[in-house]
Amino acid sequence: MRALRAGAPQLLAFLAVLLADRLVAPQFLAVHWQDGRLFGSLVDVFNRGAPVALLSLGMVLVVATGGIDLSVGAVMAIAGAVAASLADSQPLPLVLAAALATGLVCGLWNGLLVAVLRIQPIVATLILMVAGRGIAQLITEGRIITFASADLAFLGGGALLGVPMPVVLVFGMLLVTLALVRGTALGLMIEATGGNARASALAGIDTRAVTLAVYAWSGFCAALAGVVAAADILGADANNAGLWLELDAILAVVVAGSSLLGGRFSLWLAVLGAVLIQAMNTGILLSGLPPELNLVVKAVVVLAVLLLQSPRLAGLSLLLRSPR
Amino acid sequence: MTGIVRRDAGAVRLDGMPIAPRSAEESARAGIATVYQEVGLLPNLTVAQNLFLGREPTRFGLVRGRAMRQRASERLAEFGLSIEVGAPLGSFPVAVQHLVAIARAVDLSARVLILDEPTASLDTHEVTVLFGVMRRLAERGIGIVFVTHFLEQVYAITDRITVLRNGRLVTERETAQFPRLDLVRTMLGRDLAEEEARAETGPRVRRTAGPPVLRAEKLGKAGYLQPVDLSVAGGEVVGLAGLLGSGRTETARLLFGAERPDQGRILLDGKPVRIAGPRDALKHRLGYCPEERKTDGIVADLTVRENIVLALQARQGPFRPLGQAAQDRIARNFIAKLDIRPPDPERPIGLLSGGNQQKALLARWLATEPRLLILDEPTRGIDVGAHAEIIRLIRSLCEAGLALLVISSELEEIVTYSDRVIVMRDRAQVAELADGAIDVTAILRAIAAEAPRTASACQPEPA
Repeated sequence: MRALRAGAPQLLAFLAVLLADRLVAPQFLAVHWQDGRLFGSLVDVFNRGAPVALLSLGMVLVVATGGIDLSVGAVMAIAGAVAASLADSQPLPLVLAAALATGLVCGLWNGLLVAVLRIQPIVATLILMVAGRGIAQLITEGRIITFASADLAFLGGGALLGVPMPVVLVFGMLLVTLALVRGTALGLMIEATGGNARASALAGIDTRAVTLAVYAWSGFCAALAGVVAAADILGADANNAGLWLELDAILAVVVAGSSLLGGRFSLWLAVLGAVLIQAMNTGILLSGLPPELNLVVKAVVVLAVLLLQSPRLAGLSLLLRSPR
Repeated sequence: MTGIVRRDAGAVRLDGMPIAPRSAEESARAGIATVYQEVGLLPNLTVAQNLFLGREPTRFGLVRGRAMRQRASERLAEFGLSIEVGAPLGSFPVAVQHLVAIARAVDLSARVLILDEPTASLDTHEVTVLFGVMRRLAERGIGIVFVTHFLEQVYAITDRITVLRNGRLVTERETAQFPRLDLVRTMLGRDLAEEEARAETGPRVRRTAGPPVLRAEKLGKAGYLQPVDLSVAGGEVVGLAGLLGSGRTETARLLFGAERPDQGRILLDGKPVRIAGPRDALKHRLGYCPEERKTDGIVADLTVRENIVLALQARQGPFRPLGQAAQDRIARNFIAKLDIRPPDPERPIGLLSGGNQQKALLARWLATEPRLLILDEPTRGIDVGAHAEIIRLIRSLCEAGLALLVISSELEEIVTYSDRVIVMRDRAQVAELADGAIDVTAILRAIAAEAPRTASACQPEPA
């Protein structure tokens, strides 16, 4: 219940966006069953939003420690390239393991720079953001690698009990992440580290290990997002896979109410934030408005959510309501 | 004086002319140069560039590097400093950086030089060098205001002493006619005769203390703390007394591993242990409530419950989480025991009053069932009621067999609960008082006592 109340602004914004989408496209909320799976614009919102939702599951933890991970888009490209280049020659478990391990290594690299060498997160992850695309291009040898493996393609286009696989994966990762951070004391330690790193270290928390862990997890989530994106298009495009998605992920986390200074975080709100952003994208596409407008509308909605959360504004509205 | 804070009363006169600087720049132009504790120079530029920043010698609009370096060498030579002026400032020790900052300040205007705690991070030799420079400057007719809390240094270098306390001018006297004991007394704001009268009333009964839980032997760190010897037994309260900046917090941080010592060793139950960080200290069941509650203690966003279980959870590691119910039980237990208000474990701790935050921090460490607890200024900045409660708590903890090391500036407080008192001055241990010898007067005398000549950091150089 408390989680629901804390997420009220985001839920309201999501419903408002869905309503707006319904107004511009009367078919928007229609969901129908076809070929053993769900279809419809609403399903599509969740499906298309999956990569950013996966990214935001890692990003929200990084942001909670007061950091930021700009490299997730590039890590998507690397993991996608790894998966695509192995897909036709290796069994799926090996392909997945290779791609995810690559992401984990990328995340550990970021964590090493931030936690051990104490480089500012924005700079440390900028390195991999730039270098990562180069690495991905080296893997694909500058071409777009396509594959025919049905196993891998299933992760992008298949469905489980009628639910598209990307959505299943997001839900699964949400549960796994929840178990990892809320089922253990890691969540508390992450929030403490982000809230006050000095005090946390003096209380005996291994802030360095906590920081390393969140970047590693962010790399892992990004790799999975990269695999999903590659499976979706049956190929790896080192130049465009995950391009600018780090910004959408950061946006999703901010919409989820996390402070970029670190502290409290909510995993399910981060996923909701990602879906909210996708709902706007889809809505604008359906409305026939020029897609350029997308970015402006996105900014307005984000501003609205942030204003709803602003403590200043809450104080102001109280002031306006109080009798003079 | 520097105009960084605008005054709203009084006047400043320079050579009899009233001045009213509105910024540091204006006061520098008028002739008041200031060097702060944190050197305000650019460590990435060279020494010469720092010296001439904003007034580089130029020809046709280009900086004349060689001329600048040569002039820089000459200037610094006047300060007895011969260093490579083309090297980045950051590559030199802090003492040299200070001298460069002073050279720049003096060069810019220099009628009056304000040095704000210039010796805080210098070792004894470096202080000697600095004092040499200060004397030469004074001979050149420059007035120097030397802001410090090091008593020895005050007597070594100054002609006149101004004592400020709690934002008020207490007194101003010639150094030669201002005995140490008087100075300490005015700094602490107490009347010694009164203290002596009061001391009669409160003799202490010494409990028999067992073997020491913790012993520190020659624990120290160069430029941070001179070697300290101390021991604390179970059921014993050891007080650490001294003026602000005398090395009390430094001792606590070295003991707890928050700062790495470079000499000496720590023994727990007679066995030497390695404490490389707070996590090691926690494993050995030590606890430390730091002085700076806001920056080093609480995590303001988290709830009282989360703040209380933090250290215990940290010791258990992330993969043995305390369940919600267990956390709640621990939090409610301590909230009741320590009377934390409001008694709501789910309230963010940042919304509590200082005294209640302090109690919650105590609870954080008590929850780990420590053997030794270090309390750094546990009663600072909290109201009178909470103050008394915390002192009561210290007593009851001690009766329960806990070893306590308590740092406080409130001498009366220290006297009431300590079995032994270690007195610190100028980052060194100067005395240890035990049993009947503990009273405010004795502590004051120990703080004010003349340092033995050999150990003195800052005797005048032979001229």
